[in-house]
Amino acid sequence: MDESKIITQLSIFVNNEPGRLANVCKIIKSVGIRVRAFNLAESAEFGILRAIVENPDDSFEKLREKGIIIRKTDIIAIAVTDAADSFFEAADVLGNAGVNIEYGYFYTGVSDSVLFVRVDDTEKAVDILEKAGIRLLDDAEI
Amino acid sequence: MAFWNEKIETMPREELEKLQLSLLKAKVREMYDKSPFFHDRMREAGVLPEDIDSFEAFRKVPFMRKSDLRDNYPDKLFTVPYDDITRIHVSSGTTGRPTVVGYTQRDLDNWTESLARGMTSFGMTKKDMLQNFHGYGLFTGGLGVHYGAERIGATVLPISTGNTERQIQLMQDLPVTAWAGTPSYMFHIADVCDKIGVDIRRDTKVKLAIAGGEPWSESMRRKLQDRTGVRVHNCYGASEMSGPMFLECSEQQGIHVWADLAYVEILDENDEPCAEGEKGQIVVTMLQKEAFPLIRYRMGDISSITWEKCACGRTHPRLSRISGRTDDMLVVRGVNVFPSQIESVIGELPFLSPFYHITLENANYMDAMTVRVELNEEYLTEDMNKLAEMSKTLSARLKSVLNIKADVRLELPGTLERFEGKANHVTDNRSYE
Repeated sequence: MDESKIITQLSIFVNNEPGRLANVCKIIKSVGIRVRAFNLAESAEFGILRAIVENPDDSFEKLREKGIIIRKTDIIAIAVTDAADSFFEAADVLGNAGVNIEYGYFYTGVSDSVLFVRVDDTEKAVDILEKAGIRLLDDAEI
Repeated sequence: MAFWNEKIETMPREELEKLQLSLLKAKVREMYDKSPFFHDRMREAGVLPEDIDSFEAFRKVPFMRKSDLRDNYPDKLFTVPYDDITRIHVSSGTTGRPTVVGYTQRDLDNWTESLARGMTSFGMTKKDMLQNFHGYGLFTGGLGVHYGAERIGATVLPISTGNTERQIQLMQDLPVTAWAGTPSYMFHIADVCDKIGVDIRRDTKVKLAIAGGEPWSESMRRKLQDRTGVRVHNCYGASEMSGPMFLECSEQQGIHVWADLAYVEILDENDEPCAEGEKGQIVVTMLQKEAFPLIRYRMGDISSITWEKCACGRTHPRLSRISGRTDDMLVVRGVNVFPSQIESVIGELPFLSPFYHITLENANYMDAMTVRVELNEEYLTEDMNKLAEMSKTLSARLKSVLNIKADVRLELPGTLERFEGKANHVTDNRSYE
């Protein structure tokens, strides 16, 4: 399995209260983190800001020092030519292999459009997607 | 004015106190002989039954506390064998240990007698039909009120709590004249009646009610009476005493505590007797209870008492409306809830941190309890299913321990306020105005 194809996403937990998200964004900016893509999800209890950033390990430490509740999550980045087609193709391959997609979100990048996908078995997903000829991006390509 | 037991209900104070003292002496002697718990307590305090020759001397007898009931779970405080026990009730207690109360046939008779006197005192008769909203089963409210009403010959509709529209249908279809339940449930009935276009004054014959089991105020009573046209009478009791026990008469000027059944002390913070009319903690001795005797039991409620003769003609002391608690017990929808019970549930679940907060609200006088708990940082996940599952697990455990539903909110670590010293776990926003 090609480990460079596993991308680190930062999952930042935010309380469902007015002003909390703005506060987190302010901190992200103040410590100089460059965000490439993000997605906002909400549970019944609190919000989760999912972000793809430059230097995720370093950024993780910086945010944690600021008291932000944060987790690293492995995801994969699928190069996209046509949104619906690419998504169907990936979902079909993963589904046939018994891998569950937990969530996904799109990002229109500088060179490629990307579908970020979180699955329940990342390593297996990388293997079977690559075997199926689906192009995965590594950190430098995003 | 009708009496159920005129001779005893109108007995002069002097005679009542004489009767109380002789019952007290006999009860202390009996307990000293029959209850190892009480015997040891008396020995530790250096008091013998023969020392008890006055109310003053009776104050040497050690207190019983809720913790004694817990420590003697389930039946170590019973003073008769199961052969002589006719019924058991069980109520929720502290830290997950319930209180088990046994009754001899005579205990049940006295309980019923007490309620029969009370019901008669506010004008209930055999002509009435009582719709009993109280839960039947291990809870004392349902069966207690049921037998009291049957004793005076009234018709009982043992419908229990819930299914409000059906309740309203039956109270229109049948000649229901009286209710028994918690005040908040009566407000709920009034709300639902408004919603479905039922006018209690016009569409039903309900005129009287017994309300209790949870804190409420005089202004709540006025509102409830204005809305429904029903005269609502306050009630005092606890499962330790038997159940709902003492009621207000039609004067609505305090709860008549039958002096031949209970000896009530009101004590200040130094455990010295309060003057009549002065507020203090209620300490109860049940004078005729057999299976599960209660001697100088700290109820944990705050109230005052007066011996002033009531306009209804009854001579027994009257207890004013309960104005608070001496401990951290909460009464939510008529159910006793201790923060320690919630704490023990949280302690059982590894995905939770020990930080929690309870908030109580009562929009439209319907209690709602929200329990906010911080997740244990190690279990924090962005998996929504897992979060929902944790929330569900907590919710189900609380329901099974507390016997009432609580809204649950999982919080991020570090969200809830931290306290130096004694933590404040409860915000009670309920208003009784």
